[in-house]
Amino acid sequence: MKKINNFLHQSLYVSPFHIAKRDNIVWWKAWIIRIIAVLIALLVCGTITIALTDINPVKMYFTMIDGVVGTPRLVWNMLQNTAILLCISLAVTPAFKMRFWNIGAEGQVLIGGLATAICMIFLGEKLPAPILITLMIISSIVLGAFWALVPAYFKTKFNSNETLFTLMMNYIAIQLVAYFTLEMSVPKGSGTPRVLEYGQLPVLFGQKYLINILIVAVITVIMHIYLKYSKQGYEISVVGESEKTARYIGINVKKVVLRTMAISGAICGIAGFLIVAGTDHSLKSDSAGGRGFTAIMVSWLAKFNPVFMVLTSLLIVFLEKGASKISEVYRLNSSFSDIITGIIIFFIIGAEFFINYKIKVNLKDKEERV
Amino acid sequence: MIATIIQRAVMQGTPLLFGSTGEILTEKSGNLNLGIPGIMYVGAISGVAGSFIYEQSVAVLNPFLAILIPLVCSILGSALMGLIYCFLTVSMRANQNVTGLALTTFGIGIGNFFGGSLIKLVDTDVPSISLSATSTIFKTELPFAHSLGSFGEIFFSYGFLVYVAIIVALISSHVLKKTRTGLHLRAVGESPETADAAGISVTKYKYISTCIGSAIAGLGGLYYVMDYANGVWSNNGFGDRGWLSIALVIFSVWRPSISILGSILFGFLYVIPTYIPNITVSTKILFEMLPYVVTILVLIITSIRDKKENQPPAALGLPYFREER
Repeated sequence: MKKINNFLHQSLYVSPFHIAKRDNIVWWKAWIIRIIAVLIALLVCGTITIALTDINPVKMYFTMIDGVVGTPRLVWNMLQNTAILLCISLAVTPAFKMRFWNIGAEGQVLIGGLATAICMIFLGEKLPAPILITLMIISSIVLGAFWALVPAYFKTKFNSNETLFTLMMNYIAIQLVAYFTLEMSVPKGSGTPRVLEYGQLPVLFGQKYLINILIVAVITVIMHIYLKYSKQGYEISVVGESEKTARYIGINVKKVVLRTMAISGAICGIAGFLIVAGTDHSLKSDSAGGRGFTAIMVSWLAKFNPVFMVLTSLLIVFLEKGASKISEVYRLNSSFSDIITGIIIFFIIGAEFFINYKIKVNLKDKEERV
Repeated sequence: MIATIIQRAVMQGTPLLFGSTGEILTEKSGNLNLGIPGIMYVGAISGVAGSFIYEQSVAVLNPFLAILIPLVCSILGSALMGLIYCFLTVSMRANQNVTGLALTTFGIGIGNFFGGSLIKLVDTDVPSISLSATSTIFKTELPFAHSLGSFGEIFFSYGFLVYVAIIVALISSHVLKKTRTGLHLRAVGESPETADAAGISVTKYKYISTCIGSAIAGLGGLYYVMDYANGVWSNNGFGDRGWLSIALVIFSVWRPSISILGSILFGFLYVIPTYIPNITVSTKILFEMLPYVVTILVLIITSIRDKKENQPPAALGLPYFREER
């Protein structure tokens, strides 16, 4: 009897609040929530900074801004970094929209860079620049797409877990690049990465990074149109919403998965090409520098919308560059920027909850519910 | 020499064993925690910080406290990381991959930041963090380690954390397979709707298993610094062992008992190049690729054979909201 009473008591217990899904939120309300989250995050970061060091947080944030946009060179640097991060974020977006968790961007970028570097070393002296650069682009696209198609093939054929598969492919790519860098370094085996002289991207209007930025701008526009207005983009959304629905209305899900992953890998390959031929003019195993992972957060924070992605990638680059400036000026360890970035991302992730759901306080008391 | 290779393989494998046991417990609840590499850094640096402050504050170490303090700090630090992950993914319903990757950035940042500036923050004048006294206690070998020849070397010559790793893996294996709690946990990971309908608290199981899993993984970081690296912290010294632990989870098809052997095999692949005569550095790099290649092969083979008990938990990485089922 006591047991039953207990059970009844439990089932009648009404928690003081409950969570309900919001149907639609006005866009400006969503942005207010996000901005509040960032402000709270900055406050928390400021508090942590004071606790760990004796730096004045207001001064710290000014240092941060100064470190990112203080000189024209810094601004170009920031735009360049934003472009690359944006490019990788755009690459993972179609796969994510399809709910295919491609976390192998890091590897796909590196493999694209590797293809570019191989062309630059072995064909550099023999071919004129336009043909060489065309070959570099094609090979980086092909290899990047291949690196993404391997997990996609096994996903469609045998339903292998794509998250784990793409994750493992990253480390194979990293080791391959490390091997190649060592073999190709001058003098051989020294580990100093070779400077790739042939096939560097042209300098436009005296700005070294302008061509990178323009290429990524074009990709952004194309991706936006592709996802929003093309039939293939629509198919991606349907597969992402419900695979069963997609099958029911006659979409060939396997074909869509393979095609979308090929696109995803191809754009990662282009990002690798831009890093090697446009920015670094060399290839190291950390050329992608974790941006393949950061891009996942950028894409998700922007709700898979290419236009918002411009803003979110700018925000992340700003935070990273700014925080590393702080650690440089105040002679903190350079990893300080990772902590700051981490905290701010946590808060933005948390803010999404308040955008998607609302918390309702249960006003009625227990008796009325019975 | 074979005894030495096995001994070194076990020592290399132990951090991976801790990491993969922790991640298996986490993944069994349906949480794909990609924050494990960050959590292992936090586990390491929390232990180092606790031990560093203790070593600075007393003249003679009490061996019992010298072990207890870093152990407790490490467990608390990494469990806290697990709590952040759970709060964001379970309570705030955020995406697991995004949260996990952010946690890794954050955790590695914490590890390297405090590793680099702990001395400055505590305001002492030692040149570097070198916890050799604590490390000696952590490395105390069992008796008979040297009196029984190779047998002693293979089985008795480790610090206590190696045995802890194996025992924890065996206990986890038992709990998952043989107990009611384990059954409930697996139900939550395979089909949270069913578990919920059966009256199992999905939220509670996810929280507890993820926090315990994180604490276990964090011990892997602690073992690495205190035992393997002789108590010397070096930034990024832990390397990609966190990701290798996640690979080991797949390799051992979500069974902690298999991951004991798997960790030794991974460790073996890690140390074997040093014993091959005339090996070049670049060939060594190719050897480091092997664990990942093997893992992918296991992933492919298990999905082709499609045996139910060798698959990842069915709801792995998927969110569960009761209102949306």
